[in-house]
Amino acid sequence: MTVTATSPPKADERVAELGLVGILLRRPEVGAVLGALVVWVFFAIVTPEHWIGLGGVARIVDSSSTLGIMAIAVALLMIGGEFDLSAGVMTGTSGLIAGLLSTQAGLNFWAAAAIALAFALLVGYINGMMVVKTGLPSFIVTLATFFILRGANVGVTKMLTDQVRVSGIDKVAGFGLARQVFNTEITLFGERFWTAFIWWIVLTLIATWILQRTHWGNWIYATGGDANAARNVGVPATKVKIALFMTTAGAAWLVGIMNDVRLRSAVASQGIGQEFVYIIAAVIGGCLLTGGYGSAIGAAIGALIFGMARVGIVFVGWPTDWFFSFLGVMLLVAVLVNNYTRARAEAMTTAMAKARTETEEAEP
Amino acid sequence: MNHSKRTSLILALLAILAMVFAACAPAAQAPAGEEAAAPAQEEAAAPAEQVTQAGLTFGLAVHSNPAEDSFWGVVERGAKDAADTYGITLKSGGSGDPAEQAQLVETYVSDKVDGIIVSLANPDALKDSVKRAVDAGIPVITINSGVDVFKELGAITHVGQTEFVAGQGAGEQFNKAGLTNVLCVIHEEGNIGLEQRCDGLEDTFNGTVERFNVATTGTRDIAGTSASIQDKLIASADVDGILTLNPDVAGAALDAINAVGRDVKLATFDLSPAVLDAIEAGDILFAIDQQQYLQGYLPVVFLYLYNVNLNTVGGGNPVLTGPGIVDQSNAAQIKELAAQGTR
Repeated sequence: MTVTATSPPKADERVAELGLVGILLRRPEVGAVLGALVVWVFFAIVTPEHWIGLGGVARIVDSSSTLGIMAIAVALLMIGGEFDLSAGVMTGTSGLIAGLLSTQAGLNFWAAAAIALAFALLVGYINGMMVVKTGLPSFIVTLATFFILRGANVGVTKMLTDQVRVSGIDKVAGFGLARQVFNTEITLFGERFWTAFIWWIVLTLIATWILQRTHWGNWIYATGGDANAARNVGVPATKVKIALFMTTAGAAWLVGIMNDVRLRSAVASQGIGQEFVYIIAAVIGGCLLTGGYGSAIGAAIGALIFGMARVGIVFVGWPTDWFFSFLGVMLLVAVLVNNYTRARAEAMTTAMAKARTETEEAEP
Repeated sequence: MNHSKRTSLILALLAILAMVFAACAPAAQAPAGEEAAAPAQEEAAAPAEQVTQAGLTFGLAVHSNPAEDSFWGVVERGAKDAADTYGITLKSGGSGDPAEQAQLVETYVSDKVDGIIVSLANPDALKDSVKRAVDAGIPVITINSGVDVFKELGAITHVGQTEFVAGQGAGEQFNKAGLTNVLCVIHEEGNIGLEQRCDGLEDTFNGTVERFNVATTGTRDIAGTSASIQDKLIASADVDGILTLNPDVAGAALDAINAVGRDVKLATFDLSPAVLDAIEAGDILFAIDQQQYLQGYLPVVFLYLYNVNLNTVGGGNPVLTGPGIVDQSNAAQIKELAAQGTR
């Protein structure tokens, strides 16, 4: 709070320095962080035995890793102003394509996975093109994709295997390496972890870096905030949206392959209904349904809260019959907390900034 | 759903053609409007070898989409095989939502099919629709779940495994293995059959039975189900046995047991290639096989016999298809059959 001797024109409060607390409070994920702390402390009090310690952490990240990977991709898409209801079933489709091509057509698992990736990206591209070109809500377009893929998952699997599952994926060439790369069990400090959690952390960091530090990040926020306004200032909104749909499909592919190598099999019902869980995680993490606001770290923490609930309820021994009700309450509370903290934080930091620009002469 | 709707549309068209083909068969109850609508030249094309074919149409309505469920896929396969053998047109579908299943039954009733095969996982929700079918003079056979109510609803018979008896069988096997504390893993909400299996287990098992609900992930997120079972094993150190009620859930439980690294015995209801491999390898103690292929095949035969000869099977009692125990001694032979999708 030192006063400088120079006297430039009065500073604009919109560009004023906020200070660390102000910056933190304005972050979209602040509600999710608080929520995660509350949930963790709650279970630490109710069921400390297995919860506190690395063993508990291992269980929580196991339940949240693949969900978290999807949640950050869905969060990027939601910040860009769109939904993808086919994201859940896409994890099944990718896993089935890779599984079927390797077990039925005798392809190396890596080749099968590459074809599955190409297919996933194509579906993502089509989703994006349809939304952008027709102007239909992505809710409708991807709902259609969801049903098409859901039917195709079953139809193709049954046609080729006479069953609704693909088994024996671990017997194909290239499986061992794929398992090492995508999802294997490792022992860290005496606890067993699935390596999907490393992917999850790395992808969260990459998504955050893109959002915060690259022009693509600015484009995503701008496109989700107001696509027309964004176009008018030169943001390639169409390209951004299509890229986001392809990112979501790509993440679904990754999760599909992770399930393949973990379970050594794939079932045709995989992923149905999971799309809403991804959206819930993104919303708990601070994403707005209207787009233009949210964060990747928030979505990752949203997934973490979800995983904590799933593990905690079992550890306590509560009837898991109530899980969905718990989830609904949590979603509602998270959204209310997000709303409240955002409103308060904005009011507070704006006031702070105003006060600062009025009492001192900040640098221009 | 799109998929099954399209299928039923095609089946409906086939059904109309089949009725035309069999226009002179005595038991055919094809509505006049549909006969009149069909072009005349197709009647001439009716193949001569269909002397035994009565031009019947049966509807199968189960409490899960048979196209998306490994267990119901085999039931549907049995029904289709029987229908092909007897020259019957089979319409099939199903939904985990009892309201949708009831609507399907009522669609069959309006469609004036010659017989309905229905699973009664949720008897109260299906009661009115089944009664409507019976009142309309359509013979009904219940399958799988619903052994307690089939008579009251006016079904000819019930084809299935009494869940309670099957659960009792599992309990006796667990006693032989000397277990004391068993989890009964429930993977679907609102299915009384699963609860009855656990009831049967509780009835004969000498130790304690705890029900563990994994319906939130079920078979839609197998990795999640596996993780939950692992959490449960960590939280309950005295569990020494698990009974799963679905083969895919059995795979999830096996992964969980291996991850925890404790000696927990696993048994399951129903078969899959992976379950059979695991039984052969000694990782799964046994599987309760209800031979669900029969639950599709037999009702079609029974309804056929009822339609052409007014035969009833079962004498007012259910026709049991299980429980059969599959263990290390017979797993290899059954594996070959399961690979063909009939076990």
